Amino acid sequence: MTDLAATDPLPKPKRDIAPILLPVALALLMIPLIGSTSSWLTLTAASLAMGMMIFIMASGLTLVFGLMDVLNFGHGAFIAVGAYVATLVLAPFAASIQADSLWTNLAVLAPAALLSMAVSGALGLIVERVLILPVYGQHLKQILMTTGGLIVAEQTLYALWGPQIIPMPLPTSLRGSFILGDVAIAKYRVLAMLIGLTVFIAIQLVLNRTKLGLLIRAGVENREMVEALGYRIRRLFLGVFMTGSALAGLGGVMWALYREQVHASMSDDLTVLIFIVVIIGGLGSIGGCFIGAILVAMVANYGGFLLPKLALVSNILLMVAILMWRPRGLYAVTSR
Amino acid sequence: MMLLSGDPPRSRALTLLLVVIIVALAATPFLFPGAKALNVAAKICVFAALVASYDLLLGYTGSVSFAHTMFYGIGSYAIAIALYGMGPNWAAVATGIVVGLPLAVLLALAIGLFSLRVAAIFFAMITLAVASAFQVLASQLSWLTGGEDGRSFQLPELLRPGTVLISKSVFGFEVNGRILTFYLVFAISALMILALLRVVNSPFGRVLQAIRENRFRAEALGFRTVFHLTYANCLAALVAAGAGILNALWLRYAGPDTSLSFSIMLDILLMVVIGGMGTIYGAIIGATIFILAQNYLQSLMGAASKAASEAGLPLLPGLLHPDRWLLWLGLLFIASVYFFPTGVVGRLRNAGGKGALH
Repeated sequence: MTDLAATDPLPKPKRDIAPILLPVALALLMIPLIGSTSSWLTLTAASLAMGMMIFIMASGLTLVFGLMDVLNFGHGAFIAVGAYVATLVLAPFAASIQADSLWTNLAVLAPAALLSMAVSGALGLIVERVLILPVYGQHLKQILMTTGGLIVAEQTLYALWGPQIIPMPLPTSLRGSFILGDVAIAKYRVLAMLIGLTVFIAIQLVLNRTKLGLLIRAGVENREMVEALGYRIRRLFLGVFMTGSALAGLGGVMWALYREQVHASMSDDLTVLIFIVVIIGGLGSIGGCFIGAILVAMVANYGGFLLPKLALVSNILLMVAILMWRPRGLYAVTSR
Repeated sequence: MMLLSGDPPRSRALTLLLVVIIVALAATPFLFPGAKALNVAAKICVFAALVASYDLLLGYTGSVSFAHTMFYGIGSYAIAIALYGMGPNWAAVATGIVVGLPLAVLLALAIGLFSLRVAAIFFAMITLAVASAFQVLASQLSWLTGGEDGRSFQLPELLRPGTVLISKSVFGFEVNGRILTFYLVFAISALMILALLRVVNSPFGRVLQAIRENRFRAEALGFRTVFHLTYANCLAALVAAGAGILNALWLRYAGPDTSLSFSIMLDILLMVVIGGMGTIYGAIIGATIFILAQNYLQSLMGAASKAASEAGLPLLPGLLHPDRWLLWLGLLFIASVYFFPTGVVGRLRNAGGKGALH
């Protein structure tokens, strides 16, 4: 070992890149299996778009768990609420959605998404204050309380909007695909990828480059210490919970547009999916959550193409395989 | 006392309540004529056993599993497929039992061993994922399970409604195969609940409670917590599969909605919490309250909803619609976790003052 001068930068922690290579390897492995390059490219684009949407929905859950040690089984409710709230804006302005102009479409879509985020974020505030505040530190009760919250939220959605499936058509300008050579990539998927990447980069920047992020990360490591330094970590965590809920709302709108329908039971199906994603990623890890979401989407898309029957349970098999390799998920952040 | 494994209700009100419930259940065919009352009573019996087995996990080991309906479903489907495939005879019933119960135990063992490898906090999430995969499998393997339609089947001769055992002229009531089936369900459920009561009051049950309170300390005392938790999981799965068999026998049908759906899992969770976690008696109380509410609250709510809509109130008719009864039970659930975490049984026991458990 050579002597280190005081001015030398600290040695960087070794980067763990094996999980990052995993989706890349999986995608490359699929080229010969699928055969045609154009359908491989289409499937890969579909996986990336779906993965980004799942990431947006799951990121809030993993943030909340990693930071606050709260297992929120009601996270799916925020997704459904977000989707339903978007219909409040999209239904009255159906004409603008049908208009053949990207800007007219976005002028309706953007407020709808923002309103969804605002409402699910506000709901997050209420849920944190009413349901989670009394049960901090008690996992069993957290699961029970938030499951109860999920039941109530789902039933309230039924009571307000009725049990039928509400159609949610894509705006005209986002329909169809870009044709590059012989590869078709749906326009909406490109938009979903852009939004997903933006959210991912924004979260990473806030967590790693700002004082706020520093406090949040410190709060995860040692909550008492940060409190002792005079920061009101409770308020910080409340903000994190609301952000997570708002992201779930945004994900709900995007998913509803992707599927072009809204239904209260969508929260049930998606809850399982996002749990698998956060388990694969390692509870509390944003990077792991991102990779996990893309892996789940890849397995769903490639699997659906190659072995449609197996695709239905493919995400379970993926989860088992990953946990056999790394029992705490790809990147385990918390020591819990 | 021997029968109750030295764990009596320990509260006069609770004893009275339990006696009323059990006598009413036992006498349902004669006290409340009609198919609906008998159906409700049979469902209470089946769910009391199912909920008691879930309480072994939730109340005694403190682990939240969302895969309990999977074991229930395995029992239901095993007997349904056997009776559907082999025809209505006793050999088919035996085959269903011999295949279904060990299958449930093996699967519980697999989940237990797998989830031991990973962080403890994953358990609830993993069971949820596994259960949903199982549900997908059951609806996809339609050649075996009948898909979304499920499997209807005939019962052996002796248990059919047409079989009259004691005619009306002898006894005043007609005792037919249907009533015999009901008593079969009642007796086996009661046996399973008593067996569970025995389990939780054995030294093994004490260790489970110790693990629930402080796993690390229990391990330090030399108990192999891994073994105990896996064992408890397998026992709970066994009883759940047994309850599934009874349910399928009673309904003469097994399908995704009656035995596998996530809403049944939520129902079980609600029943355990409302009745009282960590008390097998809570399962009987919780199942009774919940299923009575499910079957009779709805008509009450329908009347209230109609009255509200006639009065021209906004929103209220929707909230009081009979299909929204789960909304109110959900609120009750949250309130009971918050205000009386020990459930009805804990409340009654504490109200007595003496012999408080917690």
